[in-house]
Amino acid sequence: MASISLRNVVKRYNTGKSELQVIHGVNAEIADREFIVIVGPSGCGKSTLLRMVAGLEEISGGEIAIGDRVVNNLEPAARDIAMVFQNYALYPHMTVFDNMAYGLKIKKVPLAEIKQRVDKAAGILELGHLLERKPRELSGGQRQRVAMGRAIVRQPQVFLFDEPLSNLDAKLRAQTRLEIQKLHRELGITSLFVTHDQVEAMTLAQRMIVMNGGNMEQFGTPEEVYTRPASTFVASFIGSPPMNLLKQAPGGKPGALLGIRPEHLDMADSGWALKVETVELLGAERLVHARLGEESVIIRTHEDQGAPEVGSTIYARPREDRLHWFSAETGKRI
Amino acid sequence: MIEKRPGLTFIAHAVLILGVAVVAFPLYLTLIASTQSAEQIAQAFPMSLLPGGNMLETYRTALFGGTTSAGSSIPAAAPMMWVSLVSALIITVGKISISLLSAFAIVYFRFPLRNLVFWMIFVTLMLPVEVRIGPTYEVVANLGMLNSYAGLTIPLIASATATFLFRQFFLTVPDELVEAARMDGAGPMRFFKDVLLPLSRTSIAALFVIQFIYGWNQYLWPLLVTTQEDMYPVVMGIKRLIAGESYTEWNVVMATAILAMLPPAVVVILMQRWFVKGLVDTEK
Repeated sequence: MASISLRNVVKRYNTGKSELQVIHGVNAEIADREFIVIVGPSGCGKSTLLRMVAGLEEISGGEIAIGDRVVNNLEPAARDIAMVFQNYALYPHMTVFDNMAYGLKIKKVPLAEIKQRVDKAAGILELGHLLERKPRELSGGQRQRVAMGRAIVRQPQVFLFDEPLSNLDAKLRAQTRLEIQKLHRELGITSLFVTHDQVEAMTLAQRMIVMNGGNMEQFGTPEEVYTRPASTFVASFIGSPPMNLLKQAPGGKPGALLGIRPEHLDMADSGWALKVETVELLGAERLVHARLGEESVIIRTHEDQGAPEVGSTIYARPREDRLHWFSAETGKRI
Repeated sequence: MIEKRPGLTFIAHAVLILGVAVVAFPLYLTLIASTQSAEQIAQAFPMSLLPGGNMLETYRTALFGGTTSAGSSIPAAAPMMWVSLVSALIITVGKISISLLSAFAIVYFRFPLRNLVFWMIFVTLMLPVEVRIGPTYEVVANLGMLNSYAGLTIPLIASATATFLFRQFFLTVPDELVEAARMDGAGPMRFFKDVLLPLSRTSIAALFVIQFIYGWNQYLWPLLVTTQEDMYPVVMGIKRLIAGESYTEWNVVMATAILAMLPPAVVVILMQRWFVKGLVDTEK
């Protein structure tokens, strides 16, 4: 049973004179076989959280349990986990085979079994013809696959991914994303995936943890996070272009922010009066940047709806069932 | 040359050839002198620059000792070369091993007084040999290590330069490699042996050459520490031939000098291949 429990996890750095708390009590229960994405902007603490689960950072407060065991005081190798690093972290002087076999060699797994496991992983990842090469003779995508192979052969309870796609070009990123999904379907191992890219989060996650400034803002399925964001941060972080958050929308409540996504504003003959500032054609759709009073609003329209003229006033109506309300003070959903 | 001006090219080549000549000429002279007989060197002025016919005899006398025609007895250089070789190898291997381990400790471990220890090692770089040679001699004499390989090598074995060099190299090894090794279950010494050492091959090769030549050329320290002829290194042997009795057999002196230059030259040439191979290999 490879569930993960994060119970009030806190991380503090002591710099001698002062103390800096970077993670403020994260609570999450992750079930066996789940693919969880931890997403957030740079500096929000997602990598730190992952590294605490991995054992590469000390846990300052709270508990982390993998399966039934509390792993706070266990060395990384004893936690039955495997990690895929952003910069692959392959041993440069060893062949691909040796890179994948290294962990097993240390555990004194018999050579025949090592070979069997490595060959199986190489088969899944299509690395069979590369086993005798050194990392410098591989492309970035191949290196990342070797890093994943190294994790697979350990047959761990949990996979940890630390922004593994960030160093790949866009096309390779999309390809590798699909490979990771396929891998999860085939192997079914509980996975924690850290990224700053919300597209990766939305496409890969069964559930996602949205983090901001060391706090877990929301923990839910992609759909929940998209349709019922728990705070203004989540609302504007997930979804591109970001949700419109308006203080002074018509029909707005005092002390509350009205949130409406660009695709839920329909151009009409009456409704909100908006002054068009810029129009961007993205191919299948158009982004209309307009102003409502002093605030800017983005509307997403279909390309055959006709382009409004810059400087003109258009009318848009929000879909009533897609309105979100947030407290202007706390940013939390009302 | 980006500008194709034959005049400049000619001057450039001329300067370079002059440089080579200045460096190579003394070597050539030594080689020539070792092939002539003692009388030829003493009597001809200027000395003839053409090879003489005495090469085999001179080298045999230099290597195995004997009595020359003029009556002076020459100690054999071969045992002295052996002493030099053994002590140079002990110094080199010892220095590299100790420096690797101390650099490893300084870079990868956090222990109390770590910074103090590092600066202490660094400070020893500023102490010239001549300052510490008196006290070191006393310690070595009191420990009964005179006239032994231990006495010749142990005081020279700790190296701040090598530690510093390895430290700088270890700092370039990405942290993720250490973390990946940790995830794989490699303890510190395992990581050292399986990951760090193979990556350090170029640095080790470079330091091997430098330290071997340093160890081979040691003169002041062996002079102090050895009183028995059978423990003299070959560089001391050369000096003794000159200060010798009535008549300096220059040809034998030159031959001994050439013999003394050969092992370091061999080491440099062999290690050069390792250097280049190591340079081509490295990429993280």
